[in-house]
Amino acid sequence: MKRKHKRLTFVGLALLLLATAAALTLSAFEESIVFFQSPTDIVTKSVSPNKRYRLGGLVEEGSVRKKDDAVVTFRITDMANTVNVSYRGILPDLFREGQGVVTEGFFVSDVFTADEVLAKHDENYMPPEVADALKKSGKWNEMSSKMKKQGHVLGGGSQ
Amino acid sequence: MIAEAGHFALILALFIAIVQASLPMVGAHHGNALWMSFDKPSAIAQMLMVSLAFACLTYSHVVSDFSVLNVVQNSHSMKPMLYKVAGVWGNHEGSLVLWVFILAAFGSAVAIFGNNLPPTLRARVLAVQALISVGFYLFMLLTSNPFERVFPAAMDGRGLNPLLQDPGLAFHPPFLYLGYVGFSMAFSFAIAALIEGRVDAAWARWVRPWTLAAWSFLTIGIGLGSWWAYYELGWGGWWFWDPVENASFMPWLAGTALLHSAIVVEKRDTMKTWTIFLAILAFSLSLLGTFLVRSGVLTSVHAFATDPERGVFILLLLVIVIGGSLTLFAIRGPALRSTGIFKPISREGGLLLNNLVLTTGCAVVLLGTLYPLFLDAVGGGKVSVGAPFFNAVFIPLMIPMFVAMGFGPILSWKRSDLIQAALRLKTAFILTGLICAVILALLNHGPFLAIVGLGLAMWLFVATLVELGERIRLFKGPLKESFGRLFSQTRASWGMTLAHSGMAIVIAGMAGVGGWKVEKIQVMKPGDTVNVAGYDYKFIGARQGQGPNYTVIEGKFEVTQDGQHVIVLSAEKRNYPVRQMPTTEAAIHSLFSGDLYAVIGDPEGNDGKFVTRLYFNPLVAWMWAGSLIMAFGAFVSISDRRYRVGAPSRHKIKNVKVVEASGIGQT
Repeated sequence: MKRKHKRLTFVGLALLLLATAAALTLSAFEESIVFFQSPTDIVTKSVSPNKRYRLGGLVEEGSVRKKDDAVVTFRITDMANTVNVSYRGILPDLFREGQGVVTEGFFVSDVFTADEVLAKHDENYMPPEVADALKKSGKWNEMSSKMKKQGHVLGGGSQ
Repeated sequence: MIAEAGHFALILALFIAIVQASLPMVGAHHGNALWMSFDKPSAIAQMLMVSLAFACLTYSHVVSDFSVLNVVQNSHSMKPMLYKVAGVWGNHEGSLVLWVFILAAFGSAVAIFGNNLPPTLRARVLAVQALISVGFYLFMLLTSNPFERVFPAAMDGRGLNPLLQDPGLAFHPPFLYLGYVGFSMAFSFAIAALIEGRVDAAWARWVRPWTLAAWSFLTIGIGLGSWWAYYELGWGGWWFWDPVENASFMPWLAGTALLHSAIVVEKRDTMKTWTIFLAILAFSLSLLGTFLVRSGVLTSVHAFATDPERGVFILLLLVIVIGGSLTLFAIRGPALRSTGIFKPISREGGLLLNNLVLTTGCAVVLLGTLYPLFLDAVGGGKVSVGAPFFNAVFIPLMIPMFVAMGFGPILSWKRSDLIQAALRLKTAFILTGLICAVILALLNHGPFLAIVGLGLAMWLFVATLVELGERIRLFKGPLKESFGRLFSQTRASWGMTLAHSGMAIVIAGMAGVGGWKVEKIQVMKPGDTVNVAGYDYKFIGARQGQGPNYTVIEGKFEVTQDGQHVIVLSAEKRNYPVRQMPTTEAAIHSLFSGDLYAVIGDPEGNDGKFVTRLYFNPLVAWMWAGSLIMAFGAFVSISDRRYRVGAPSRHKIKNVKVVEASGIGQT
């Protein structure tokens, strides 16, 4: 085998690998990419029942209810619209009323049934997606001044 | 005073680094020995200055000097000592001090131990190393000064994020940084080699120990991070394909490829351009990781205060380093000549396959990590690319590599025969087949991918051992002779055997917990028993308590198997009053077959009922044991004779030629 052929073998192999990766990527992208929605998006656009979404906003004050069998229900709001959420399991440590949360799951009729609740935020108590959703709903300033009063410093609000 | 001294030391270090970046580089270009000789003293002086700055910051944290802003924001007088020290790097500014400290330490290590390096190469390596430092010093001094004062001094600090107050996480950043920054060594050697226009076996022999060290530190760092996520986040998960995790995983993939391709450069004098590219890639991805994590474009406990100015600065640094090095690579890379020729079926071919798969995998992870940022930037909406994507794309890509990994070490250099290799591995085939059949009979159910994973792990483990057996000609001669050969194996080959079998153990752990994890969520009152995978968890009850800087609810579970007592698990929910933040401390008991894992949630009503989450995580601890074995294998390999004993020196005659050649090459 000549040097050139040897090189071609490897180039071919590399292309094959890349093609496999591309094919796998394209097929997985359809199914496994999850879009972030704010409560306003959910209310104004139609949602498909079998599609996975990421829903984020603030946990509405006073909306957290504990049900039987470790089920918790609460409402997520962007101060303009709200969505009912139900979740079975232990809520994350940083989950709190009035603070930002991101949930992932499906719609079962009108209730968003989350199988994952992320109260994963930086030290400034606000996931950036949620901050953006609040800005979109025009409630950012209201929220930010309210939280400043409570002693939180809001991040991502410099734009 | 102490803080000002630290600040001053940082400024001095910047100026020393500027000298170190310029004089030796120019000296090497013109063959000026005096200018080149500045490399060693300035590298050591720079290291001393940064150590001083690091010591000053640590001191301020330890004595809780609340006139220093960094201490106020990240420390608290009530915090245990371990976390006062760990708090030094548990924040943006402090972690940068740690970063430059490690960078300077690596640089001075080259200065001290690099006496056998050709003077021009050493001068250039240290100059490149100093250039990186300059970028980071400027970044710190201009945007993130760790020694900023507050006036008037605060009464007490805000405390460290309680999630970070954990022994596993206290040492996670230093290890990760030792890995990231360690790749800067390979990078500096690569850039120096591009400038010199020369890559040879001796070069590879210098680069490989540094790469191995960086790689094993990174392996430990990633392992610690995932272990922390496993027991601290309380979901029983250990890897979430979170962008922050990917940021550390990408340099690991590139670094793994690099340390394999460097072998080919050393032994066979080929694949040089590719190796240089991988060295640049590994460090670029380390920088990208720092950018992703530190700039606040991603949400996580790692993203400290979001400051657009800082983000832009890091992005600029990234563009200069990556853009500059790739441009240099494009200009000088093609001039590197390789002499070694090999056929596709050969040890080199196997290593190249490993490289191709790892870089493809790395590209997939990069795509999945950056795609949401890209889509958001062009206004395509906010998406998240999570575990389902990576599991569907990354894992299938890796499978052929693990199959090939069994064959690789048994192939001979230059040209080999696949059938012959398969015949030599026949014992491995038979053993793997037998064990898999037994496992399948025992577990008549389970996800397809997890069964494949267990089979692969078995194959890799057995094939690695059979290869060792082949090497010492076990059962092919007197047993005594084989044992003699066992002890005369080089440390490098022991390192390979250890690292590959460690990988097999890691895969077994991933497959086990991925395929057969049992999770039960319920409300329990004291006395209730829940059966999880054959283990009975009895909830004894919960009580209130007090820790050094937190209050705690402690729930106890007695675990029995067929009536036999196994262990009492004690799961905690802590509340840190300084930050008004609760954390979960899962109770974990590791058995050989898997982990018993219990988490206590919120109380339900007033009669002692609690929400609980109980798990059985099969083989999960194997992952961390396996990663430790891999890291240990790398260290065994570093200790190989040929890296210590005179071997890395070029022949004297060639050495003269280098100086001449580089002089001609650049006029």
